[in-house]
Amino acid sequence: MSTATATTGAAPKLKTSAMIASFADPGQKTASAPFGHALVKAAQENDKIVGLTADLGKYTDMHIFAQAYPERFFQMGMAEQLLFGAAAGLAETGLIPFASTYSVFAARRAYDFLCLDSAEPNLNVNIVGGLPGLTTGYGPSHQATEDMAIFRGMPNLTIVDPCDSIDIEQAVPQLAASDGPTYLRLLRGNVPTVLDEYDYTFELGKAKVLRGGNDVVFISSGLMTMRALQAAKALAAHNVDVAVVHTPTIKPFDAATVLAEINTDRLAVTLENHSVTGGLFETVASAVVTVGLGKRVVPVALPDEFLDAGALPTLHDRYGLTVEKIVAKVLAELK
Amino acid sequence: MTATQELHSHELPQKERMIQETAAERLERVGAAAYRIRHHALNMGEVQGQGYVGQALGAADMLATAYSDQLRFRADDPEWDARDRFLLSTGHYAIGHYAALAEAGTIPVAELETYGSDDSRLPMSGMSTYTPGMEISGGSLGHGLPIAVGMALGLRYQDSNARVYNFLSDGELDEGSTWEAAMGAHHHQLGNLTAMVDINALQADGKTDTVLRTEPVTEKWEAFGWYTQRVDGNDVGSLLAAFDNAAAQAAAVGRPSVILCDTKVGRGVPLLEEREKAHFMRIEEHEWQTCREQLTAGYEGKDAR
Repeated sequence: MSTATATTGAAPKLKTSAMIASFADPGQKTASAPFGHALVKAAQENDKIVGLTADLGKYTDMHIFAQAYPERFFQMGMAEQLLFGAAAGLAETGLIPFASTYSVFAARRAYDFLCLDSAEPNLNVNIVGGLPGLTTGYGPSHQATEDMAIFRGMPNLTIVDPCDSIDIEQAVPQLAASDGPTYLRLLRGNVPTVLDEYDYTFELGKAKVLRGGNDVVFISSGLMTMRALQAAKALAAHNVDVAVVHTPTIKPFDAATVLAEINTDRLAVTLENHSVTGGLFETVASAVVTVGLGKRVVPVALPDEFLDAGALPTLHDRYGLTVEKIVAKVLAELK
Repeated sequence: MTATQELHSHELPQKERMIQETAAERLERVGAAAYRIRHHALNMGEVQGQGYVGQALGAADMLATAYSDQLRFRADDPEWDARDRFLLSTGHYAIGHYAALAEAGTIPVAELETYGSDDSRLPMSGMSTYTPGMEISGGSLGHGLPIAVGMALGLRYQDSNARVYNFLSDGELDEGSTWEAAMGAHHHQLGNLTAMVDINALQADGKTDTVLRTEPVTEKWEAFGWYTQRVDGNDVGSLLAAFDNAAAQAAAVGRPSVILCDTKVGRGVPLLEEREKAHFMRIEEHEWQTCREQLTAGYEGKDAR
């Protein structure tokens, strides 16, 4: 590439940000390390709660807990099999462990240890996975685009895909209080605060209608609920009235609430920060088929492929997760 | 000794127990337990027509040392908080573990004949969700020691002085997770954690040194910072001495200990000791009685010496 073409091109190319980068929009209201602070708060009320990590405390907001409760925090080193085996052992003694690493390592590397040591005996082990879906530009080694697909097959495991800091703050004590293992798709660092503008509380296992709408219904989880709400506002300018149903618990799935919303004449769209294979879309699709609904569902999801490395805004645009891409897709469907 | 006394005697650490016995009496008591465990295993194998009998016979002395001498437990209350934990990560050794649990009084001896049958509490591969006294579900190898690390951390955090024993095999030394846990136990100074490794030098596909060489085993554990002993795992006197040494240095904060036990597959039954070694030993229908007779003859012969 010559200097001339580089300087005469359009905007300069975006750079891959450091791993700690936030996906919050500029100027958006955020909360710092909501998981870490929520865990500290839960631990103040429940002395059975302990924390552990595999050399990623600072990168999963577990360091907040470690600083508050050093005697209740166990650093297991870069050893994910040990991390989750030991988490099961801690739970066997009556404690309530929260064990953090990146989602890719929990799902791909330590699956056997989660499945047999925690899920089979139904222990209260809480897996905290950082960088779920497409929340880093580091490429397939760090992008857990298929974590829910992997984990949905694990009996007894509860899967939570929170939207924002409110979801995380309210989910943590409920995860601690629920029997059996859980998996939290962690949003960390400066996490957007979105759901405080709605009449909403997180209830484990429940989907909630955040807003009504006559033309389209969005079924969404995770950070895509934030995008769904933004897209709903943008579509109003096109005279398209959009309802948004947030379903942060992927398993067990609140099929009753979701199916009641889907079983209308509205265009049904699922939105997820996950591969189109094995995540929210297929969860909804199986619920629809199971009750015999002949209803088309349009997925907004990551493609079933290894994704590119790069800057997060570039990648969200490339793979269709941005508000603009969602709006365009809905308008095309309605034509 | 009455059954009640025996029950209560297991609630104290071995060194604090009120059992008044000579070293010879102790040896005799543990040896007799190992003998009964071997008979139980043969009977279970016969009911199944198959099973990991060779491993159970090889490990019987280790299991007897643990259950009849070292472990603190309540036979009728397997969930007792203060119990020592015995984690069987080699799920296929369940036949031997069930025999030991029967010897300990946690499982009725009469129930052993259900081993591996539909609806039995005694499945072929050991699972905590099926069997009283089974702390973990083993079988996927290399899980026991990581879980043991968590248990030892959790017990120490809750001011328990219970000890955690993980029974593993030399084949499990192939698994990277075992060494992750070996590092973790040393890093966290889990002085109440003891690993007991059955080195029978045999894996599913053949002899250990042809499958994946694990030697020098002693030096590996020493390099990982563990208090390491290597003994003849079919010699009860050596086992008792090694376990006593491990108990003497056990502490909430301290070095974890490992007892490397060289054992012989099929030990105690010459017919099986001499048979070509196999992970899954075939025993013909007519051979079971021969096995039992050889076991008894060997034991009584030794007794007479």
